[in-house]
Amino acid sequence: MTVQALAEMLSAKIINNADFTRQVATGYAGDLLSFVMGKAPADSAWFTVMTNINICAVAHLADVAVIVLCEDSEPMPGVTDRAKEQGINIISTSLDIFSAIKKVLNEGQI
Amino acid sequence: MADHVHLEYVVEGDNFVSAGSATESVKACLKGMGVKPEDVRRVAISMYEGEINMVIHANGGKATADIYMDKVVITLADTGKGIADIELAMKPGYSTATDDVRSLGFGAGMGLPNMKKYADECLIESTVGVGTKVTLVTKFSA
Ligand SMILES: Nc1ncnc2c1ncn2[C@@H]1O[C@H](COP(=O)(O)OP(=O)(O)OP(=O)(O)O)[C@@H](O)[C@H]1O
Ligand SMILES: [Mg+2]
Repeated sequence: MTVQALAEMLSAKIINNADFTRQVATGYAGDLLSFVMGKAPADSAWFTVMTNINICAVAHLADVAVIVLCEDSEPMPGVTDRAKEQGINIISTSLDIFSAIKKVLNEGQI
Repeated sequence: MADHVHLEYVVEGDNFVSAGSATESVKACLKGMGVKPEDVRRVAISMYEGEINMVIHANGGKATADIYMDKVVITLADTGKGIADIELAMKPGYSTATDDVRSLGFGAGMGLPNMKKYADECLIESTVGVGTKVTLVTKFSA
């Protein structure tokens, strides 16, 4: 599935569209950055409520396909600009992490 | 042509806006040199953990990357407080991170285990009150 399709499925708000044609291979959920670094597979959708600038470095270095901010989380100042510079896809959904993942799985997309 | 590429960075302590920039730069360089994405990713993950540890725990330090045909050697050296018990620090979940830093998502105590997992060789030398030096060697896959 593409990032575009995921964004539509989750009725998500676009925070940064770097490349929504990018394929999402799998997913990972979590807020502790070293867990994400160590365990999120390349090309995954990362479901989180963490919104500070460090999410950009983590997503970029771990080759995350898209950051999915859940619970209507708003990125903190500087995040959107950094995401533009580094080419990171970020979307924001009103769903909580469990519901967002359930939706993706129910629709059989990952 | 030089036999290898040498890169050096100053990593600023407690600056979470610039944190990761040395690793970003090494990643871009490896990618530009045509190193395989899986290998670039392994280097990026392990180096980032070392870089962020210098930011959080050591008031900054110096990072170097030496890129050869078949491997990259990363060093992260600081003059911070040092690690009293390296074996304990390596344990998954062990962290002395403050509440402030934890609120940013750090402090899982997984940084050193990640380095060990993703680098082919991970050497940690530390003296309390003098500083810490981490050396990470990643061999490029065939
Ligand atoms: N460069 C360093 N200088 C001093 N102490 C360090 C340094 N690097 C690591 N430590 C010590 O080792 C502990 C474990 O490090 P590790 O990177 O595994 O976890 P963390 O940084 O606390 O949390 P995480 O990396 O999961 O965000 C740290 O909490 C700290 O006490
Ligand atoms: Mg750490």
